[in-house]
Amino acid sequence: MTTQALTPRSTPRRRSRAGARRILASAAAILFALVWLFPAYWMLNSSLLTDEELTSRVPVWFPARATLAHYASILGSADFWSAMRMSAAIAAIVVVGSIALGFFAALAISRFRFRSRMSLIIGILIIQMIPAETVFVSQYRMLDTWDLLNSVAGASLIYLGTNVPFTVWLLKGFVDGVPVELEEAALLDGCSRMGAFFRVTLPLIGSGLVASSIFAFLASWNEYTLALVSLTSSGSQTLPLWITSFSGMNQNTDWGGIMAGSTLMALPVVILFVLVQRNMVAGLTAGAVK
Amino acid sequence: MTSLSMPAERRLGLLLVLPAVAIVLVALLYPLGRQVLMSFQTFGLAQQFGQAPAFAGLENYAAVLEDGAFWAALVRSLVFCALCAALTVVIGTAGALLLTAVPRWIAMGVQAVMLVAWAMPVLSSLQVFQWLFDARRGVVNWLLTAVGIDGAAGFNWLSTPVSFFAVAGLLVIWMSVPLVVFMVYAAVTQVDESVIEAARLDGAHGVRLFTTIIMPSISSVFLLICLLEIIWDLRVFTQIHVLQGSSGITESTHVLGTYIYQIGLSGGNYGVAAAAATIMLLLMLLVTGRYIQLLLRGAKD
Repeated sequence: MTTQALTPRSTPRRRSRAGARRILASAAAILFALVWLFPAYWMLNSSLLTDEELTSRVPVWFPARATLAHYASILGSADFWSAMRMSAAIAAIVVVGSIALGFFAALAISRFRFRSRMSLIIGILIIQMIPAETVFVSQYRMLDTWDLLNSVAGASLIYLGTNVPFTVWLLKGFVDGVPVELEEAALLDGCSRMGAFFRVTLPLIGSGLVASSIFAFLASWNEYTLALVSLTSSGSQTLPLWITSFSGMNQNTDWGGIMAGSTLMALPVVILFVLVQRNMVAGLTAGAVK
Repeated sequence: MTSLSMPAERRLGLLLVLPAVAIVLVALLYPLGRQVLMSFQTFGLAQQFGQAPAFAGLENYAAVLEDGAFWAALVRSLVFCALCAALTVVIGTAGALLLTAVPRWIAMGVQAVMLVAWAMPVLSSLQVFQWLFDARRGVVNWLLTAVGIDGAAGFNWLSTPVSFFAVAGLLVIWMSVPLVVFMVYAAVTQVDESVIEAARLDGAHGVRLFTTIIMPSISSVFLLICLLEIIWDLRVFTQIHVLQGSSGITESTHVLGTYIYQIGLSGGNYGVAAAAATIMLLLMLLVTGRYIQLLLRGAKD
């Protein structure tokens, strides 16, 4: 034991073994990254290939003769813009609504003591676990009765209802992290209670607001199940529904067009992720682990 | 915080929480209540057109439990969930550990790739995977043919249940691994470096180092990840439903979500669909009970 502890770690043999292990690990990591990157690369690559190249017997690995024809045809289609408008409108409502409602509720749970507080917390956690897949039959019936099928309002309402509990939970973690003393100091300086929340707490939970905006945006941008049942008329489809309308059985599938559409749909999200990746991970650890 | 009297304080708290509670009540809990009610009613197309629903007792539940298709869908859901969740966690954890063993620039590169894969919208990924596995022009079949696997040329992956779920499973795993990598990596880098160093000096390497030192320190994050993966993979709907649309084999590929969709939205049999959905909800709550306990322990700190 003693001899082993005294042995310097960098004997030549040890060093070369550690070096070999490092090289092996690096090779494995690079392979892992390549495999995971490939589908995204393939989407981009295929969207830039000509129809001829797309149907060639041997896959074309690189868009040497890159064409924007597929993008042009998508950007010129009224269906795409209609779906884009629907998706953007719903996403905007869901993001703003989730943040506003979530912030107020997070304040209430974090800063106030009222009798139903604990049951509210338990309620949030349980509600968060209700999968959309188990309520959509009834939500469809409800929207149908209220004449809200095929409308921005109907879809936004349901998405808000599913997303707000998560936002509250996430923001609660961030509000908890702001010392109460800061708000108390503002109160002593003559701020009202709400004024202290807006002037002191709100600016301090910026990364929480960013993270929860992104999750709210993703929740509505990617949502498929409820859109499928409630946005059935062709003019009210969101992007996820629009992209599936391309492909179907027995159809001569326009893969170039589909890949261009998929890329256009993914682009805003990828850019967003790259811009705010630090907030995302912070948000997740605060929301999920706390 | 004593600037407000107690009742006023409580009133402000309730006022702040009210809008959030209201929207959840309207959009989620009211339909949920309606659905439970509906599961005890005869509720079909006639009721859709205004006829009052009649109380049906447990008939709808009996109809679901006697339906062989329900049990088949349940088994498919459970097996699919178990395989996907296990593989996702294993691959994700291995990937995260790999990140700790490579030079910094490689680790950064892998993380960038993970971020892109994580950001891909579900529907974009679904379309790419269908294109990758396309029978005639897909890269996968081309690759399999190139390495000499007979019968790969022109093989329609979506035409048999096993290969159908293989495509769906690969997609689900591909989409879920990045988050696991990020979470495990974040947890592992929190482990005290000197503890690992000491264990190394004591001769612990590879698997032993992982099971005796790293694993115990990240066990709570690990448990959370396992539970989340199980929850997400058990409720899988979008991937299956979209692939079904392109495959033509629907009956033999139903999972719980698509089964409910089929009898409710396609069949107009709302009462039975509501009963099936309620059964699925109970199943989910059973699985997630542990998760909620875990989060509550965190909430009480």
